[in-house]
Amino acid sequence: MRAAVIVFPGSNCDRDLAVALRAAGIETEMVWHKDTSLPEGIDLVGVPGGFSYGDYLRCGAIAATSPVIRAVKAHADRGGYVLGVCNGFQILTETGMLPGALLRNAGLKYICRTVPLVVGTEDSVFTSAYATGEELQIPIAHHDGNYIADAETLSRLAGEDRVAFTYGDNPNGSVHDIAGILSENRRILGMMPHPERAADPGHGGTDGKRLFAHLAETLATA
Amino acid sequence: MKARVHVMLKDGVLDPQGEAVRHALGAMGFDGIEGVRQGKVIELDLADGTSEDRVAEMCERLLANTVIESYRIEVL
Repeated sequence: MRAAVIVFPGSNCDRDLAVALRAAGIETEMVWHKDTSLPEGIDLVGVPGGFSYGDYLRCGAIAATSPVIRAVKAHADRGGYVLGVCNGFQILTETGMLPGALLRNAGLKYICRTVPLVVGTEDSVFTSAYATGEELQIPIAHHDGNYIADAETLSRLAGEDRVAFTYGDNPNGSVHDIAGILSENRRILGMMPHPERAADPGHGGTDGKRLFAHLAETLATA
Repeated sequence: MKARVHVMLKDGVLDPQGEAVRHALGAMGFDGIEGVRQGKVIELDLADGTSEDRVAEMCERLLANTVIESYRIEVL
């Protein structure tokens, strides 16, 4: 399988994400935000964390208008897989590829620490390595991770089993403790926590590693 | 021509920054502050004849995130 990781000005987890994907055996290319197309044969697009465009206007708002995003949308429309982490999640909500929005953390502080994360559903290629209800330890590092959506969207997310992860101990005020959500076709995952920062024993934890390993395994045979 | 766009969090969306400002004002001794909402103002220098509809389109597509924000356009 092959993956592309998008690099925006201000991305700072792009290399970490690529390292985690490559460690799982996934051939990974970096793609500049001004590119208008993705390399041939890409199965997964990674939208990394960071501070694209300095978080100007709103987190992810400017990145959502960049040329490569049109190609990412076309990839998603064809049924391609997309993983957005942290700023990547913010960008995916700004593009409308995922519902809702991420507001400033309720406590106003930037939070950088490892938090307990509960698997909301094992029914996706991203989460099927885990068991629903399983608790993981995954780092967060964000200032604007306070997920919000209207009541109708929230009931759809719950009803369609699209809440991928919830916080065990809500650090940022997210409604229903939501830390990550899936698209309607379950092929787009946006999450604030950083699985790529828990993908090597040197990170202090490897709970995120299974996500990448399982992705590699599943998509290789798909 | 100029247009000024006011972007505010929608009613019902908690504004933690506004809340922090309210607490700070209270701590400074300003009484009777029942709420503070913080938003942003964006000034646009536009070619003469740009329609308000065009500005509204800019708001819908970029300047405001209508999931959480509302906007008001003032043509100057």
